[in-house]
Amino acid sequence: MNDVTRRTALKGAGATLGAAAFAHALAPLTEWTEDLSLDAFLQRHYKELTPSDMKAVLWRLQMDAKREYGRDVTIQDLPPQEGVGFGYALNLSICIGCRKCVEACHQENNHDRRTGNSYIRVLEMEQGSLDMERGNADYDHAVPAPGKYYLPVQCQQCDNAPCVKVCPVQATWKEQDGVVVVDYNWCIGCRYCEAACPYHARRFNWSKPEVPADEINPDQGYLSNRIRPQGVVEKCTFCLHRTRAGRLPACLEACPTGARVFGNLLDPKSPIRWVLENKRVFVLKEELGTRPRFFYFFDK
Amino acid sequence: MAASRHVLDYPRFLGRLLWMSTDGSWRFYVWMTALTAICLVGANAWARQLVDGMALTGMSDHVSWGLYVANFTFGVGLAAGAVMMVIPAYLYHDHEMHDVTLVGELLAVAAIALSLLFIVVDMGHPERAWHLIPGVGRFNWPVSMLTWDVVVLNGYLLLNLHVCGYLLYMRFLGQKPRKRWYLPFVFLSIFWAVSIHSVTAFLYSGLGGRPFWNSALLAPRFIASAFITGPAFVILLLQVIRRFTGLPIGEGPGRTLTSVMRVTVLLNLFMLGSEVFTAFYTGGAHAAPVQYLFFGLHGHHALVPWIWTAVACNVGSAVLLHLPASRRHVTVLNVACVLAFVGVWIEKGMGLIIPGFVPSTLHELVEYVPTLTEWKITAGIWAFGLMLLTVAVKVALPVLSGQLASHGAHEPVQRPPDVARQSAA
Repeated sequence: MNDVTRRTALKGAGATLGAAAFAHALAPLTEWTEDLSLDAFLQRHYKELTPSDMKAVLWRLQMDAKREYGRDVTIQDLPPQEGVGFGYALNLSICIGCRKCVEACHQENNHDRRTGNSYIRVLEMEQGSLDMERGNADYDHAVPAPGKYYLPVQCQQCDNAPCVKVCPVQATWKEQDGVVVVDYNWCIGCRYCEAACPYHARRFNWSKPEVPADEINPDQGYLSNRIRPQGVVEKCTFCLHRTRAGRLPACLEACPTGARVFGNLLDPKSPIRWVLENKRVFVLKEELGTRPRFFYFFDK
Repeated sequence: MAASRHVLDYPRFLGRLLWMSTDGSWRFYVWMTALTAICLVGANAWARQLVDGMALTGMSDHVSWGLYVANFTFGVGLAAGAVMMVIPAYLYHDHEMHDVTLVGELLAVAAIALSLLFIVVDMGHPERAWHLIPGVGRFNWPVSMLTWDVVVLNGYLLLNLHVCGYLLYMRFLGQKPRKRWYLPFVFLSIFWAVSIHSVTAFLYSGLGGRPFWNSALLAPRFIASAFITGPAFVILLLQVIRRFTGLPIGEGPGRTLTSVMRVTVLLNLFMLGSEVFTAFYTGGAHAAPVQYLFFGLHGHHALVPWIWTAVACNVGSAVLLHLPASRRHVTVLNVACVLAFVGVWIEKGMGLIIPGFVPSTLHELVEYVPTLTEWKITAGIWAFGLMLLTVAVKVALPVLSGQLASHGAHEPVQRPPDVARQSAA
């Protein structure tokens, strides 16, 4: 009997010690829960938010931006326009690989400054070859280099998008105007979409983005360039906070050679339609059946 | 009649098992304390990863899955293979197997728990896991293969918990288990075991943009290797149980499982060879990941020593298992099992996940090396899995062997004072 009591007492001591050690091990979590409000935790999926829910969410996100980044920003939720389906085309004959588009995307979309992230990657390719294995995305010399051409790659806004298919929680979907978007407040951070994308078009926020207050672009969209939370996936949205308001994507405006063409595929008089009808056009990895809305063409 | 009684008695039974699980010899306490310490290191590393972000891992946008997903995949295989015990026992009426079938099912439970934890630590926002609950969140079923995996893994966990719990409880009560309460579930779990590893293979093989995974042979390869690791682990586990608990476990189950392994190690090597042939004979972009894995590509070769270790282990275990010595000397068999386990852990872990990302979809070569944070968390989860298994086996076996039984469920159950000691470790 004596033995049993001693054993029980020892067990009690062990359990107490264990619980204390466990609490100590998980102590960093208190820091984590400080950032996690109940409203944010319980927030519904984008498509389930009523207009008044959305108003409250946008207000909360603006307050968060002010508190965490010290900047007054305006976050809007612009809906797709009726009768508009966006398309993008890029003239490989005149792209010089200067990567102004990469830089513009970085600034416009409030990307993390430390990693120099951007939605666009430019491959330096060998003349006469479409073999990406012979391309190079990390070139560091004057452009254009002889014997090379340049292939900028960003989200292709596929009509049959593998990333949308694989998302287990429908945190990413295709909007009516053809843009594939992510609800950053719904994404669980499993990165299955990143594995599924054949174009390396998705980025994950491995840590909290760092952007100095004076460099923040305050004109923001809920589904596009607002500063992303840590631990979620993001992607190119054809700058929908601009394009849905009738402006052009930031990468197009930054391009010094005019290689980029953007517009409404449903409007027969749009420049994008002219390109599709008059140039020899191709898409990347057509054999995968992703049906991109991003087209490439050559002049000759 | 008894239904209402069981509602109270079953939780009481589970409570007693739990209490019993805290009794043991000094060896048991040392073992559990060591595992707890490793778990705590892992828990702390995970808490830091949640706060500071997954930048603490070696993963990147190029290699977006790493050690966690590798171990998840392996764990699912282990769980599927553990149920290999069930087939001879119930399908071929091998009665000796019945007694140890439960060990396999308990291993499956622990392995599934481990796999689920690996998924949790791989999530950027684990607190949003409720988005995955059908009806409450937005479950992308049936389109996303990941939702299928959620369904089959949790279903498998429940199935095995039910079968183990029911059989043990009946043994505890001294009643004969009623077939209709467990046999259908046992047969279902055999099919289900195949489904968990097939669905997990489809997670990868369904991605058209990743040539390394986009192979119809992936699911069969997964099943073959599951039927290596499950039996290998159980063979070793049975010896540990026999040694430390003195429970009479016959030689038969070990022999049956060894025969299973003799087939599956060869099958696994054959399928690996088929994939390697297709890649290299065809060449081009499809060969690049395989080239990277086995020989390195353009000066990058982080995985080369790993995969050749795996090949050596797999070939070594195949040779040992087919030597007559493996029948006579248990050490030879044990070495073969350890080699097979390690070989598949590498091949179906890092050797499967990482080359899917290298080269990336734009054919860039970015390598991946796990960080200390990832190793700590991984070790912590494995330690947790072993704790679960230890506790489960330790409390289940005395019940199974009749050392712990209730004599009439209504009477307060007397604990035989010597049970705790006997079942120790």
